[in-house]
Amino acid sequence: MKKNAEVVIVGGGIIGCATAYYLARQGVDVIVLEGSDHIGNGGSSRNGGGVRQSGRDVRELPLVMYGIKNLWPHLSDELEVDCEYHQDGNLRLGKNEKHAEILTKLANSAKSVGLDVRMIDGDEVRQINPYLSHEVTVASWCPTDGHANPLTTTLGYYKMARRLGVTFISGEAVKTLRTVKGKIRRVITDNNTYEGESVLVAAGLDSRDILTSVGIDIPMTNSLLEALVTEAEPHMFDQMLGTAEADFYGHQTKHGSFVFGGSSGLERYNKDNGTQATSSKTASCICRGIMKYFPDLAGAKIVRTWAGWMDASSDGVPSLGKVDEIPGLYVACAFNGHGFGIAPAAGEQLAKLIVTGITDVDLHELRYDRYKAKI
Amino acid sequence: MNAVNDRSRDIGPFIPAPDDEMLICRCEEITKGEIRKAVHDGMWTMTEIRRYLRTGMGLCQGQTCAKLVKGIVARELGISPAELEPATSRVPMRPIEMRIFANEAKEGEGV
Repeated sequence: MKKNAEVVIVGGGIIGCATAYYLARQGVDVIVLEGSDHIGNGGSSRNGGGVRQSGRDVRELPLVMYGIKNLWPHLSDELEVDCEYHQDGNLRLGKNEKHAEILTKLANSAKSVGLDVRMIDGDEVRQINPYLSHEVTVASWCPTDGHANPLTTTLGYYKMARRLGVTFISGEAVKTLRTVKGKIRRVITDNNTYEGESVLVAAGLDSRDILTSVGIDIPMTNSLLEALVTEAEPHMFDQMLGTAEADFYGHQTKHGSFVFGGSSGLERYNKDNGTQATSSKTASCICRGIMKYFPDLAGAKIVRTWAGWMDASSDGVPSLGKVDEIPGLYVACAFNGHGFGIAPAAGEQLAKLIVTGITDVDLHELRYDRYKAKI
Repeated sequence: MNAVNDRSRDIGPFIPAPDDEMLICRCEEITKGEIRKAVHDGMWTMTEIRRYLRTGMGLCQGQTCAKLVKGIVARELGISPAELEPATSRVPMRPIEMRIFANEAKEGEGV
């Protein structure tokens, strides 16, 4: 089994798979180590499929805007898989004055970096999506947002990277990293030691423990998300939906099913919150939420529910880029539950950073060492 | 299981077979050939096959085809079906209408 490569990537999620693909396309020799038995088994397969810019923090907006402009439009052709990418806009919904305030603030900050997003009233919302109930009185509308299928996109990157010669090894949970003469070198699991000239840690929440072994600490914690999917329904709408309070989101897939994510507000306090399990309360609560927005869906049947961890950082945006103290070490973690849409851009730019030392998009705001105490 | 699984292990080329058009997952209309090709694309676990092709994601949630899919994947990988873990079963057991599923607590009765 291969144990040495130019680049060792820790984490076989969409970030690891995408970076491996873009590296391999430039002829770089790569090993990807996935801790679980399945490629893309964390947030990459458990998210709601949003490919959106609106609602994001301005620090990560330039990167996702770059991806939506340059990578998403031709991704299905490139990966030879149907990513089911739809660019039909995102409605971020509100029901009251407080929501209107949140949405207006988000829209204004997004506009400041050049995003086409505007505030619309309830009537205009229902012109765009006539199925939405009259509870919705305000929304932000970003026509260049959309959604895609996280499962086929993640596994598509894996398939193509593997085809280009990347070695993927699953069931290899990385425990520690080791430097040799001040440079990153060894990647150690319970079973084996791997060596690379560069190492990228893209292991979601587990990145924190792994990076601690070389003295780097990124303040993040786990946060449970739950989602559900209905049986296939007749086509209703193509937009991505979210809410002002980010407590509910979803879309209709190409297959016809509706994928909705949401929360009961009790996730942090679940009895079994050591595992990423669904609780008996959340799915029912999501259903009540859906029916308030879409009364027509009351008869749609739920076929499956699931849960996943988000890697939530203390300031809500990822840590992405080069670690100065340890030459050869790179990080990409703490995507805070909105890592899917930004993943192609993150992977492509990380590959460029590893190969050339520079990026097209300024990643300065996403530095791993930006976290400071409040006073 | 969590066993080390090197996805570069040589499993030989994909060889077309006369029964590749046979429907295996009836809910999502996935054929034997599509499942075999997915294995050669690197989908080596039941979970990956399901996420890649939608086998077992339809109305029956794999209660009809899971065993058949497992047999096909195992044969393609040259391993015993017993070495393949089934994909995770998920709530609810049967498809439930949203208006019913929403009633986990009756109003006024607490939770």
